[in-house]
Amino acid sequence: MKETTRQADFLRGVWRENPVLVQMLGLCPALAVTNTVANSIAMGVATFFVLTGSSLLVSTFKRFVPHEVRISTYILVIATFVTIADMGLEAIVPTVHKALGAFVALIVVNCMILGRQEAFASKNPVGRSLLDAFGSGIGFMIAMLMMGSVREILGNGTFLGMSVFGSSFEPWVIFALPPGGFLTLGFLLLALSWVQRKRALNAAIREWPEGVAQRRTA
Amino acid sequence: MTPPTPPTERPNVAAGRLLATLAGAGAVAGLLIVFVFGWTQPTIQAYKARMLQEAVYEVLEAPDHYDTLYAYAGVLHDSPPPGVGPRDKGLEIVYHGYRTDGTSIGYAIPAGEPGFQDVIRLIFGYDPETGTILGMKVLESKETPGLGDKIEKDQDFVSQFQGAGSPLKGMKARDVTGTDPHEVAMITGATISSRAVIRIINNALERLQPAFQSSVAERIP
Amino acid sequence: MMGDLMWILVSAMVVNNFTLVLFLGLCPFMGVSGRIETALRMGAANIFVLTITSICAWFLNTFILPHAPYLRLISFIVVIASLVQIVEMVIKKVSPTLFRQLGIYLPLITTNCAILGLAIFQTNRGYGFWQGLFFAVGAGLGLTLALVLMASIRENTELAEIPDLARGTALVLIIAGSLSLAFMGFAGLLSST
Repeated sequence: MKETTRQADFLRGVWRENPVLVQMLGLCPALAVTNTVANSIAMGVATFFVLTGSSLLVSTFKRFVPHEVRISTYILVIATFVTIADMGLEAIVPTVHKALGAFVALIVVNCMILGRQEAFASKNPVGRSLLDAFGSGIGFMIAMLMMGSVREILGNGTFLGMSVFGSSFEPWVIFALPPGGFLTLGFLLLALSWVQRKRALNAAIREWPEGVAQRRTA
Repeated sequence: MTPPTPPTERPNVAAGRLLATLAGAGAVAGLLIVFVFGWTQPTIQAYKARMLQEAVYEVLEAPDHYDTLYAYAGVLHDSPPPGVGPRDKGLEIVYHGYRTDGTSIGYAIPAGEPGFQDVIRLIFGYDPETGTILGMKVLESKETPGLGDKIEKDQDFVSQFQGAGSPLKGMKARDVTGTDPHEVAMITGATISSRAVIRIINNALERLQPAFQSSVAERIP
Repeated sequence: MMGDLMWILVSAMVVNNFTLVLFLGLCPFMGVSGRIETALRMGAANIFVLTITSICAWFLNTFILPHAPYLRLISFIVVIASLVQIVEMVIKKVSPTLFRQLGIYLPLITTNCAILGLAIFQTNRGYGFWQGLFFAVGAGLGLTLALVLMASIRENTELAEIPDLARGTALVLIIAGSLSLAFMGFAGLLSST
């Protein structure tokens, strides 16, 4: 039973309650830095780092934080890790840091991170909080990767800088620009809800008695 | 799944305890940040210095050394004049490139002004003795990919600046005569961005002429 | 000087609109209902907080942070959170009706990336006092513009025939994409010859 709960803690954030695609949190970075795959991955990794670090600290010291000042404390912890991530990125991959610009610092106000602290890390043991953080962090990275791939392939004809379609491809530049960010996420959500609806319909059909199902799908 | 626990009655926490928690968290946060700062700063500064040096070398025909000079009120100084802060609007930094034997190559001048989408920052090389531009490199631009960003990606455009005469004259590609060294052909479809680059260089030179004239006068024996 | 300031204001308002081009302030943008009145109030609250934030950021950058640049983010966040708290208390005392009308929006402004984003952009660009102020006003006006446009479009889509698969966030995003596309037309607005 314990194993299932641990697995559930992790998997929940990855897909079913994906922070970007389902809960609609953290939209600012998802739209702003997904114009290339490299930037998306870097932002995903930075957010993962901040989320894991914050969950670790918050969960470890949850007993010492009085209820009244909990939000301020969480924000302080998150801001610390974001500052560290910012400095780390600038030292290790300066070109990526320049491309991400102010959005690394904006991880602080990514509602997903504060949400995980408030909803989970502050109420659960360290082990489970870490799993929860991993799950949400990976879910965020997956969403970023999906967005980044579509936008870079269509908007630039490349994936991670490598040409995908050959030199005769005329890139659909709009996807690398701000409108493309909005449209990509919008259509992505559309596709996902269509898939979800199909699945729900199929599951419902399976439960109906034979005759009813045939009449419905006719 | 355990059933949700009913909300417990919270005893009133002393204000002192609240402040102590925040102060404690703040102290730990501060310590962590200072530690990482000390650890990353050397790498960051070294990278910035290297990037600057590469840019200066690119626009100045490979000097052997360069000095950082501060132009203020029409004079070049070796260090910022007293009372003038780094944010002072009248202060401009230029880099003087020269060879090992002391011959001056020229000045690398960073400048920036609004272009089509946002501010364009570039650095260009200038030789005040001949009045020619030695090279141009775009440092930062947010111009439209595929159109405006040609100001940095189109080598034909960029290489025009080498040897161009100041002040620059931006011309449409079909109007270029080829005989006037002041002419710079603008990029078709990116006229505003091209014009911005030319304007940035001309304006910077206009601002810095007094400082250059006085330093050239000093050097001629 | 004035031309410079006007460029900053117009650029922040339309050419580099905070919401439709820079992707800041999306939470209120997505959540805004179809009521133009609410959008205007939200926008006004934002302009107010943005202006004060700009002044505080300028103060911090000029006098305090040069000694400890690594504390920038933390000090900004602390200032913004306290600012919103104070503004809430002041409005509650001065005009209880306004407080009731703004309701939930004020605390939401704290996590609004636009406020922190403004402080950071202002710092990165090295804006002085007046530049920062014009920047904040332009940004706030741009935010209000985007909110009002979205609210009025949503008001109309309530009655339009849209497949209900698309209703909700997907629709808002696609509308936002079209608005963003339209705003691209503002580029080059103030370029001199």
